[in-house]
Amino acid sequence: MRDSGCDGNQPETQNSTSPLMGEDGWGVAASADPKIKRALKVPQLRMTGRGLWISALIVPPLCFVALFIVYPIVSAFAYAFFDWQGLKRLDFVGLENFHTVLFVEPYRSWTINAFKNNVIVFFALMVLQNGLGFILAYALWRELPGARFHRIAVFLPVVLSTIIVAYLFKLFYHPLFGVVNITLKGIGLGWLAQPWLGQSGTALGSIIVAQAWHMVGFPTLVFLAGMQRIPSEILDAVRMETESEWVKITKIVWPLVAPSATIVFTLLFVGAFNWFELPYIMGGLDGSPFGSTDVLGLYFYRTAFGNVSSGQQDFGLGSALAVIIFIFIAIVAGVITTRLRAREIQL
Amino acid sequence: MKTNLIRIGAALSAVLVAAPAFAQELTFWSWRQEDRAAYETFIDTFEAANPGITVKFETFEAANYNTILSTALAGGVGPDVMMVRAYGGMENVASAGYLEALSNESVPALADFAAPAIAAESMRSDGTIYAVPFASQTQLVIYNKAIFDANGIEEPQSWDELKAASQKLKDAGVIPFANGTATAWQNETVTFGLGSSLMGKDFYDALMAGDADFTDARFTDALGEVAAVAAEYFPDGFIGLDYPSAQQLFSSEMAGMFVGGSYELATFKTQNPDIELGVFAAPGKTAEDAKLVGLYFDGGYAANAAGANKEASVKFLNYLASKEFGQAFANTLNNISTIPGVTFDNPLLAEVNDLNKSSIPYLMLAHFRYGEPSGSVLIQAEMQKLFAGETTPVAIGEALTTGLAAWYEPFKK
Repeated sequence: MRDSGCDGNQPETQNSTSPLMGEDGWGVAASADPKIKRALKVPQLRMTGRGLWISALIVPPLCFVALFIVYPIVSAFAYAFFDWQGLKRLDFVGLENFHTVLFVEPYRSWTINAFKNNVIVFFALMVLQNGLGFILAYALWRELPGARFHRIAVFLPVVLSTIIVAYLFKLFYHPLFGVVNITLKGIGLGWLAQPWLGQSGTALGSIIVAQAWHMVGFPTLVFLAGMQRIPSEILDAVRMETESEWVKITKIVWPLVAPSATIVFTLLFVGAFNWFELPYIMGGLDGSPFGSTDVLGLYFYRTAFGNVSSGQQDFGLGSALAVIIFIFIAIVAGVITTRLRAREIQL
Repeated sequence: MKTNLIRIGAALSAVLVAAPAFAQELTFWSWRQEDRAAYETFIDTFEAANPGITVKFETFEAANYNTILSTALAGGVGPDVMMVRAYGGMENVASAGYLEALSNESVPALADFAAPAIAAESMRSDGTIYAVPFASQTQLVIYNKAIFDANGIEEPQSWDELKAASQKLKDAGVIPFANGTATAWQNETVTFGLGSSLMGKDFYDALMAGDADFTDARFTDALGEVAAVAAEYFPDGFIGLDYPSAQQLFSSEMAGMFVGGSYELATFKTQNPDIELGVFAAPGKTAEDAKLVGLYFDGGYAANAAGANKEASVKFLNYLASKEFGQAFANTLNNISTIPGVTFDNPLLAEVNDLNKSSIPYLMLAHFRYGEPSGSVLIQAEMQKLFAGETTPVAIGEALTTGLAAWYEPFKK
C-alpha cells in the first residue's frame, strides 16, 4: 500500500504500515511527545495519509458524476419550469409544461400512447427475457448436455452492439427478402407471412422479440450465478425428500435466487421505461407505423429536439417529460426494490 | 549562415502570426457532408475574387443539424455563415434572433428570385427574409426508361393510364412502384408525389384562401385513389418496407417507378450508374387536368446576426446568390438551383425544372409545419393507417382538420 503521491513529507517506510501499526506511521514532523502524538494521531493521519489518498481517488469520479449526471438532471428540472422558443429560454411558467404534456391534446394522447407501449414492453420482456432467462439458467445449471457451449452462446448476443442487432432483425423481418417470411413461405405457411414492422398489430411485438433475443443472456447469467450460490447441503437435503424438478424449482431454487430476481426485475423495469435504441432504429423517431412503436424515450427526444417532419423543438415540454419519466422510474424502481428485498431469504 | 537561418525563420513566423490579422476567416456550416468537395471548389472561386477573406467549410450530421446549430448559436459559438432549413425549420432559428435580416439592399440579387423561394426563407409574421434560398426539390414520379420501353409504355397522361401502365408492368412480372411506407416520412412523399394533380390547384387556392379545409372532397378523393393504387401496385407488404429497401428495389431495376423527390435522381444514378431515368408529374383524373408536381425549397444560406465578420459574411452571401454560383451549383451538385437564369446541362434536371413551372407547393411542409401537431406528422400517421386499412379518406380529412385546428388559425371555429 503506497501512498507516496499524496504527501511528500512522509518517509517511505511509513507508507507500508497498516492502520494497526499506529505510532510508527507518523513521519518526520511527529517525533515529539507520545501523548500529543496520541491525541493528534487519528485526525492528522487521515488528513495526510490514507485520507488524502482516498479523496484523491474519490474526487475525480465524483466531479465527473456531478458534472455529467447530477448537473443535467438538475438543469432538466429547472428547464421544465420555463417557456422555450427553440433553444432560447423565455419566461418562468411554473407547472404549465407538466400540465401540457399530461392534459392538453395532442400531447396528452401521445403521452398516454407512449406510456402504454412502455408498459407492454415491460410485461412482455418480463416473460420473454426474464422468464426465458430463468429457464435457460436452470437448464445450464443442471448441466444438460452441451451446457458449456450454451453458456457462451446464450450470452454472446448481449455483447453485440444494439445497432447490429437492430439491423439484423430489420433484415429478418423484411417483407420481401426477410428470412422470417421466406421461411414461412418455404414450409407452406405463406399465409402467416406479414409485413412485420409495418402493421400496428405486429410492429411492437417484433421489436420486443429482437430485444429479448439480444438481452436474454443477461438475466440468464445473473440467475445462473444465483443458482450456483445455493449451498449443496440444501440440495442434498431436497434430494432425500423429492425427485420432482417442479418442487425443487418452486420451493428451493426460486426462493433462493430472490436476490438475483431483485436485480434483474429492477434493471428490466428501468430498461423498459428508458427503451430507445431498438425502436429508434427499427421503427424510426415517429414510432412508425402511426405511433404503435412509440415509447417515452422516442417521444421525449422528438419533443425536445424536434424531428424533420415537425420542425418544432420544445425544450420545456421535453424537460417536463424527462422529469416525469425520471420521477416515475425512481419511485417505482424504489418500491420494486424494497418489496423484492423483503422476500429475500438470508442463509 | 546560422544567423541568416534564424532571421529567415523569425521573419516567416512573424508572417504566419500576422497573416490571420489581415485575412478575415469565415466559418460556414452545412449538413451536406457529401457535397464537401464541390463546396471547397465554390469557396476557392470566391476566395480568388475576394482576397483577404477565407472561408472554412464545416459539416454536421443532417438529422441533428438544427439542434447542433441552434445550440451553438445560443452558446455564442455559431458560424459566420450557415445553411438553414426552410419554412418552420428556418423560423425556429430566425425567431430566436440568431440570423441577420437580409434585404434587396444588402443582397441585391434577391430581388429577382421567385416569390415562393423567397417566402420559404422569410418569417411569416413580417415577411423579413433571412436566407438566400439555394435549391428546390420536386415531388414527382421517377421511372425506369428501359423498363417502360421494353413494355411499350408511355408517360401516362391520365389517372386511368397510370393504372393501365402499372397493370401492364405487374402482368410482365415487374413491380410497378418500388415505394414502401414503413418509414414515416415516405407516406407524405407518396401522398403528394402521386396525389398533387388529383387534388388540383383549385383545392390548393381554396385551402390557402380559407375557403376549404381537408374535409374537402378534392383532397379526400385523391387520398382514396392514392391508397387504391398503393394497395394494387406497390410491392407485397409495402407497409413494412422501409425507405432504403424501396430505393434499392428501384435502382436494382426490379421496379418500374418510384414516387419521390428530385433528390432521388442522384442517388439512383450512384447506386446504379447504368440506369436510365425519366420523370413525369403524376397525372390528374383526366388528360386535360393540369399535371402538377409538389414543389418545395430545401434551405438557404444565412449569416449570423452576432458574427464578428458580418461585412465579409454578407459579401459571401452575395456570391452565393450570384448566377455564377448558381450555375456551378447546378452543374456540379445536380440540384435545381433557385437562382434565376441558371441553365441545366443535365437533361433530366432541365426536365424537372420545366415540370416545376406547373406546380403546387409540397403542402404540409410549406404551410403546416409551424405548430404541434404538424400537418406532416398527422398525414404520415393517417396515411399509414389508411394503407393498413384502419381508416378512411373521409376520416383522415376530419383528423387533419381537427388536429391542425390546435394552432392553424383558419381551421379554428
